[in-house]
Amino acid sequence: MKELNLGKLSVAAVVAGTFAFSNSATAAVDIIKIDGSSTVYPITEAVAEEFQIATGIKVTVGVSGTGGGFKKFCRGDTVISGASRPIKAKERKKCAEAGIEFIEVPVAYDALTVVINKSNDWAKEMTPEEVKKMWEPAAQGKIMSWSQVRAGWPDTPLKLYGPGADSGTFDYFTESIIKKSKAIRGDFTASEDDNVLVQGVAGDKGGIGYFGLAYFAENKNKLDAVAIKNAAGKFVLPSLETTMNGSYNPLARPLFIYLNATKAAFDPNVKKFIDYYLKYAGQMAQEVGYIPFSKDEYKAIEDHYKGLKTGTAFEKPAIGLSVKEMLELSAANK
Amino acid sequence: MTIKTSKKTAVDVNAIRRLIKKHKKNDLMFAALGMFVIASLTITLIILFLDLVLDGYPKFTLDFFTNFPSRRAARAGILSAWVGSSLVLLVTFFVAVPLGIAAGIYLEEYAKKNWISDIIEINVSNLAGVPSIIYGLLALGLFVYSFGLGQSILTAGLTLALLMLPIVIVSTREAIRAIPIHIREAAYAVGATKWQVVLHHVVQYSYGGILTGVIIGMARAIGETAPVITIGALTFIAFLPPSPVSIDPPFLNFAWLNAGFTVLPIQMFNWISRPQHAFHINAAATGAVIIILTAMMNGFAIKLRYNVRKKIKW
Repeated sequence: MKELNLGKLSVAAVVAGTFAFSNSATAAVDIIKIDGSSTVYPITEAVAEEFQIATGIKVTVGVSGTGGGFKKFCRGDTVISGASRPIKAKERKKCAEAGIEFIEVPVAYDALTVVINKSNDWAKEMTPEEVKKMWEPAAQGKIMSWSQVRAGWPDTPLKLYGPGADSGTFDYFTESIIKKSKAIRGDFTASEDDNVLVQGVAGDKGGIGYFGLAYFAENKNKLDAVAIKNAAGKFVLPSLETTMNGSYNPLARPLFIYLNATKAAFDPNVKKFIDYYLKYAGQMAQEVGYIPFSKDEYKAIEDHYKGLKTGTAFEKPAIGLSVKEMLELSAANK
Repeated sequence: MTIKTSKKTAVDVNAIRRLIKKHKKNDLMFAALGMFVIASLTITLIILFLDLVLDGYPKFTLDFFTNFPSRRAARAGILSAWVGSSLVLLVTFFVAVPLGIAAGIYLEEYAKKNWISDIIEINVSNLAGVPSIIYGLLALGLFVYSFGLGQSILTAGLTLALLMLPIVIVSTREAIRAIPIHIREAAYAVGATKWQVVLHHVVQYSYGGILTGVIIGMARAIGETAPVITIGALTFIAFLPPSPVSIDPPFLNFAWLNAGFTVLPIQMFNWISRPQHAFHINAAATGAVIIILTAMMNGFAIKLRYNVRKKIKW
């Protein structure tokens, strides 16, 4: 089929939609309400902005964090929730109790980047085990110098900077590196604002920290990224290419939106928004500093959502799943 | 010491002069210390403000005030934020001011001085110092869920009104206390009732002080983020609430009270936490706008107080 002009198509569809659904129980929502993760927010904001200009359908986006977003989502206050980590068992239970079914939709990758000070010339490459040695709970008060992490590194004080315990970034980092959710040493400088972490590491020779690639990309003149040894045994720096081809692991994490399945199935405005979201997710994600999936992967995600496959791929915690694996697991778990 | 010895003999003028000189020197030192403290505070504030203005300077354009938020920093503006802040403050004003002034007048003029009014008095003073997030949590449970008002402008206005209420009550009472007792006695002497005394004298003369309290409260409310986020203010909203006034009868409509909204501090917070430097410029400009608004409100309060004082003839 030839690609239609989206703006005109949508206006026509709104008119048609309004007539078709005005008498049915599933009338279109006036305002598409979205909430959730501050990490996913820039993508959703970008899509919402363009969608509203193209169709005139109103969209609002709040930033309550992944957990806060799910609270609203499972009460039915919002139809879409952004999440920088998969939904948790507790949250699934809340949703189930309220009779809300959800569709899990991965939208892009964020490459967590381990960063060091510009004048740090020894730790350009690290293994996940070495990162773990610095950050694990057992390191508290003990691993205080770089020389304790790897023999041959200088006796420079080790200063750690990381996101606070409320963030999905923190959850993913602990799960992928420490292999235990939320397990971390207590004596590091925590901030919910990644720009503060940038300042911290930039001003401290022995500093090390981690956050999303976008924050590193904007501060390349102040910080250096660390190449992390992947499953294949190669040291890989985070970038668009290495994340897209899967060689940057285990720190590339998927970002999600969760859809209210009933609305996604029956509400014409919500449907239109999700179609639009998936069509432009890759482009918008890249524009705001994240890493898109491949075209084929977005197609598979679209089929997954159109097939109304509810449930999550993460009933058991899992790290480093490909998009295909996530969709298959999610469909199988239904 | 010198005085003691000088008393025994004749008056030692030189010793007294030395003493006065020493005390004057202390005076001078204290004045210098005071100047230093005030100057360092003012200069810090001015530097912070200038820093914001210089950072945000490129954004002081009409577009910035008439554009909605956007992923492109250059195109992003604060239209929904300043409209949201204004409407929320409008609600806050119309709720907190009548209630606060009435409560202040009641406590000062009508309430019996007993242990109940003592407890109320202590509580009002304490409430003025409660962290704002507590009001946010209270409002989330009470207004959003129990009363079902949702995440609306009305909820935010009521929340900030709660926050502002103690400030208005306390300043109303202070202003009323400053009125000399003989003004009241004179009014009673010519046969005025209590209500007439309150309406024609007490309120008239304390008006300036009350307004100062009101505007200081409003200036505090405009910068509040925590309670507004707690009740569920939005971050991205690219349309305006329905207009409160219309050209067709009934001219006023209240649909905007139920609308979602965002406010200036939230918009600023979102921008400052973004990775791209261009958004930090937007945040600085928004910060400067908030400070300028606050300063304007304070200036307005000073002017009003001055005008009222000029009219008072005693």
